[in-house]
Amino acid sequence: MPIETAPGLEAGILLASTLFCLGLAGLMMRRNVIFMLMCVEICTNAAALMFVVAGAHWGNADGQVMFIFVVTLAAAEVAIALALVLQFYHRKHTVDIDQLNDLRG
Amino acid sequence: MQGLLAWVPLLPLIGFLILVGIPLFYRREPPESVITVIGVGSVGIAALFTAVATAAVFWQTPSGVVNIALWQWMQLGELKLGINFHVDWLTLVMLMIVTGVGFLIHLYSAGYMRKDPDFRRYFAYLNLFIFAMLTLVMADNLVLLYLGWEGVGLCSYLLIGFWYKDPVNGTAACKAFIVTRIGDTAMAIGLFLLFYEFSTLNIPELINAAGDPGADREIITIATLLLLGGAVGKSAQLPLQTWLPDAMAGPTPVSALIHAATMVTAGVYLIARMHPLYTLSETAMTAVAIVGALTLLLAGFSAIAQSDIKRVLAYSTISQIGYMFLALGVGAWSGAIFHLMTHAFFKALLFLSAGSVILSLHHEQNIFRMGGLYRKIPFTFLCFTIGCASLAALPLTSGFYSKDQILLRAWEFHQGFNSLWLAGVLGALITGIYTFRVLFLVFAGSEGAASRHCKDANTPAMTIPLAILAILALLGGLLTPPLQAVFGTTAERHPAAWVEGVAIAMPLIGLGVAWQLYRREKKTGEQRSRVTQFWFSGWGFDWLYDHLLVRPFNMLARLNHNDMIDALYKGTAAFSRQLNTLLSASQNGQVRWYLATFAAGSILFLALLVAL
Repeated sequence: MPIETAPGLEAGILLASTLFCLGLAGLMMRRNVIFMLMCVEICTNAAALMFVVAGAHWGNADGQVMFIFVVTLAAAEVAIALALVLQFYHRKHTVDIDQLNDLRG
Repeated sequence: MQGLLAWVPLLPLIGFLILVGIPLFYRREPPESVITVIGVGSVGIAALFTAVATAAVFWQTPSGVVNIALWQWMQLGELKLGINFHVDWLTLVMLMIVTGVGFLIHLYSAGYMRKDPDFRRYFAYLNLFIFAMLTLVMADNLVLLYLGWEGVGLCSYLLIGFWYKDPVNGTAACKAFIVTRIGDTAMAIGLFLLFYEFSTLNIPELINAAGDPGADREIITIATLLLLGGAVGKSAQLPLQTWLPDAMAGPTPVSALIHAATMVTAGVYLIARMHPLYTLSETAMTAVAIVGALTLLLAGFSAIAQSDIKRVLAYSTISQIGYMFLALGVGAWSGAIFHLMTHAFFKALLFLSAGSVILSLHHEQNIFRMGGLYRKIPFTFLCFTIGCASLAALPLTSGFYSKDQILLRAWEFHQGFNSLWLAGVLGALITGIYTFRVLFLVFAGSEGAASRHCKDANTPAMTIPLAILAILALLGGLLTPPLQAVFGTTAERHPAAWVEGVAIAMPLIGLGVAWQLYRREKKTGEQRSRVTQFWFSGWGFDWLYDHLLVRPFNMLARLNHNDMIDALYKGTAAFSRQLNTLLSASQNGQVRWYLATFAAGSILFLALLVAL
């Protein structure tokens, strides 16, 4: 049973895209790993929002299921990423991502 | 008796293997006496076996043909090759020369090479040489013959460059190897052609097949000319003679054995062995005769102008082998082999006594620094004189009988006066001149610069072979080998007395000229006019080949210094390396940079999706 959608969808896509671009831009510009992780969080949330918007548009609960899924994933990701950041700091005594370039060709 | 003959080539091979294998069992270098017993003994026993077998063949089988099949070597389609020996009187004569003279020279070497740090290596090479040479003369098929042919070439190379620490010797060795290789290539092509035409390389079968009236004469002509090419290379005849004078870089007994008595006569043996094919082709016969006549004259003139005692003997060897080729070319097969035999005696004698002179003078080889040695080393003087008399074919020496036979056949072959005979007679004169010139310069008159330090270096191991060879050089003319069974009999005809007279007179005239030449050269010392300088350089053949072949080749090599074919591979490598730098620049380890390119790529991809 489709609810009234048209403006909500466009606004939702716009919001999600803006959020994603903000996250991506932050990811590219920030050098602090912690901030980069937060930017990744923004990107994931933009994607999750997109699921919700799409679910709302088609009146399908899958979108919300995926949202929960994405949140879980984000939690797991943060857990691992923070552990990596800890290790990183432990070894390099910095959180500057540009210092982490040992694999340059 | 057959078993004995099979052991003849095997004994030197065993000697070689033992000498080479000694370091596998003993840490220390064995004393010289042990090496001498093995090295000289193996050849000595081989010589003994040969003598016994020859006597047995002589008594038992008058035709004198013995076939010994050892084992099958290979079978490829029609081509069946065996390690089989075919022994007839021609082979027996060669066997006696190789093992007999070879043994004497081995014995001499034991004295000459004493205290050389590479004594063992020397005898190992020498034994290997004897094995290869015996394989060459005993082989019943041309491929086995070719194996021996290459084997003696290898040993020649190894022994010319025996004192390898001097680069000059190494160069001489390479030159000998490369120049003879040209002839060997021609010979190999000749073998292919013979097999292509007759489907066999077994010598008796080949001779039977070629004797068939239906056989293609043109192919036979080409094949025999190609075999002549091989013979010319190995026997240092025109135009491949340039390697032999340089081959004198080796130890003197090696020059005596390989570069005078045995290996260089392999070409003569090859043509004599294949003589039924040559008789089928007048072109090939003429070519052999002309090569021989030209070589004997050119090398003779070169010998007159030399100042190194060994180079004189080297040129005289070339010249004498020219005589043998001349004999082959006029169908005097027995004469050629007879001269081969007497030449082995007197040239080995000459080289060995020259070796004694060189050793006595502490390695001085320039004849202008010698002189008056007859008082200092009378025994060597006696041996050298006998050798010279025989080389110059003074009457009653061995060389006289063999050379006389060749000249008479040359006269008969063309029914009277002809250019080949004239070349031979002129050669006899020149031989007399250069032979006695050396004899006078080295032994006669007042002492030269090097003679003052002369100390007789002969040991018993050296004097015994010299004495035996001297006797053989004097009386070898009486040992006419019974070669009629191989070559057939030729009607004895006696040309006019003056023809024989000329042949006898020529060496004596040469002796007189040599005396005059010696008187003049003793006064002037080592001086050369432009003509003698030209002769000295061996008629400029080295210069010619250097400009005609060596330099253009070197230039090409320089031009192609960066190998053209290599450019393909090098190009591939360079391209990969460029790609590598390019791509590794993108792997800069900056996570944010990766992310940016990833984002840019995604945008590009999305844009493409939208655009399409």
